[in-house]
Amino acid sequence: MGIRLEKAWMDLNSEVIDSLPAQLGVYHVANSDETVLSIGYAGAGHLFGMRTALEEELDLHGSQATKFRFEFTANYRSRWDELLMLHLHDFGQLPSHQQAEQSRVGRLSPD
Amino acid sequence: MDFSLTEEQQLIVDTTRRFVQSEIVPLEDHLDPDAGSLEPADHDRLVDTTKSMGFYGLDIPEQYGGPGLDTTTRALMAIEMSQHRAGLYNPCYGVFGGAGLAQLYEATDDQKERWLYPTLKGEKKGCFALTEPSGGSDPARAIQTRGIKDGSEWILSGSKLYISGADKADYALIFARTSDDPGRNGVTAFIVDTDTPGFHVRRVVHTLRATHYATELQFDEMRVPEENILGEVNGGFAIANDRLSRQRIPYAAGCIGPAIRAQEMSIDWAKSRETFGSPLAEKQAIQWMVVDNEIDIRHARYCVLEAAQKADSGERFRTEAAMAKLVATEASSRVIDRCIQIHGGVGVTKDLPLERWYRELRIRRVGEGPSEVQRLIMARDILGGSFK
Repeated sequence: MGIRLEKAWMDLNSEVIDSLPAQLGVYHVANSDETVLSIGYAGAGHLFGMRTALEEELDLHGSQATKFRFEFTANYRSRWDELLMLHLHDFGQLPSHQQAEQSRVGRLSPD
Repeated sequence: MDFSLTEEQQLIVDTTRRFVQSEIVPLEDHLDPDAGSLEPADHDRLVDTTKSMGFYGLDIPEQYGGPGLDTTTRALMAIEMSQHRAGLYNPCYGVFGGAGLAQLYEATDDQKERWLYPTLKGEKKGCFALTEPSGGSDPARAIQTRGIKDGSEWILSGSKLYISGADKADYALIFARTSDDPGRNGVTAFIVDTDTPGFHVRRVVHTLRATHYATELQFDEMRVPEENILGEVNGGFAIANDRLSRQRIPYAAGCIGPAIRAQEMSIDWAKSRETFGSPLAEKQAIQWMVVDNEIDIRHARYCVLEAAQKADSGERFRTEAAMAKLVATEASSRVIDRCIQIHGGVGVTKDLPLERWYRELRIRRVGEGPSEVQRLIMARDILGGSFK
């Protein structure tokens, strides 16, 4: 079973976000080059789950963020940590605005 | 047995309760319901508070700078410290400090310098790697990780499963089979730095637990110096087993806290919530659930305190610790289940902590030896060794 989030990228805009179920889960937000800008989760604190979390990402990154991919899961906290560790393993550092998380993130050697 | 608290114990219980209610619970209102940590600034501030209270490093022996609590007082604190949403697996979010791996207090002086003292100072973290994919309930026979001697080194190969904290650990206490003995006399404990070539954290194992996730480890021909052996070659199982026995009492005590808090929430709810023209508290069905909760909570508390008192008095406490673990985990699970029923729809939402306690308590009936193993331990003691 692969542990990376490798689902197809989708366009990140309000129309697409509105069509999503308001569920809990994790996601990647990326720019047009598919460089990941953010690894996040939609938790119970997000009023409409994935929809609210992605709207917040859209507000944060503005026009730079054009794509996203997601996975629904009730284990959003541990899956989020896993995705951060995988990114750290694959790229040597977390996305720029999440580097404060780096000191608390563990390490994986999945391959 | 006399379960009344001494004046000092009562003071400690009251102080811990106030700390949880005034410092921890309000912070949780602003955290994700599944959060496992506080904001760093809040964590550091509360660590300063517990240090000023003289309660930091609760499980550190007195000669190493800990507060020197007896098992009974420590169990009473565990009951209080777990009375919040994350309390089962992150009691007070760790602001009372940890003890590191208790086995290291039996280490050599050199090993203490390399791993124990840095751990007590917060400079290093360790993890305990016993369980394997081949099984966890009977570790002496299930361990398949092999250790082969090669000159002054040992070569370890194999895997471990459900290991907490390995992804952030600086070192691991790893149990490996080092002889042809298929049972408890063929296991050795190794202290292994996690930057040793061949040490891999392969994946996060997602469970019912919101945080404190487990991991799967793989060891590919790790070369470990002979001086990293903890205790004697082929004497590792006693080290592992000692930990499993000691751990049962605080583990059991920590299950009672959420049950107490859930019962308090349910009583408040039953008195205020009306159906069919009267409060829930007037319905016999609800009254009986509240009474059954009280019986379960008191039963669990008595079992935990009995085990703790026996441990403190130097008596054999293996049966009592197994009974405490069995009763506390199962009774608290029943209490949370009834409390969800009393609350109805809101009980299964993340608006309340009940659903998190329900999920995480389910693990407690399996972790640290499942209920069936606790019964096995008690049966051996009650029936005698010939019925092993």
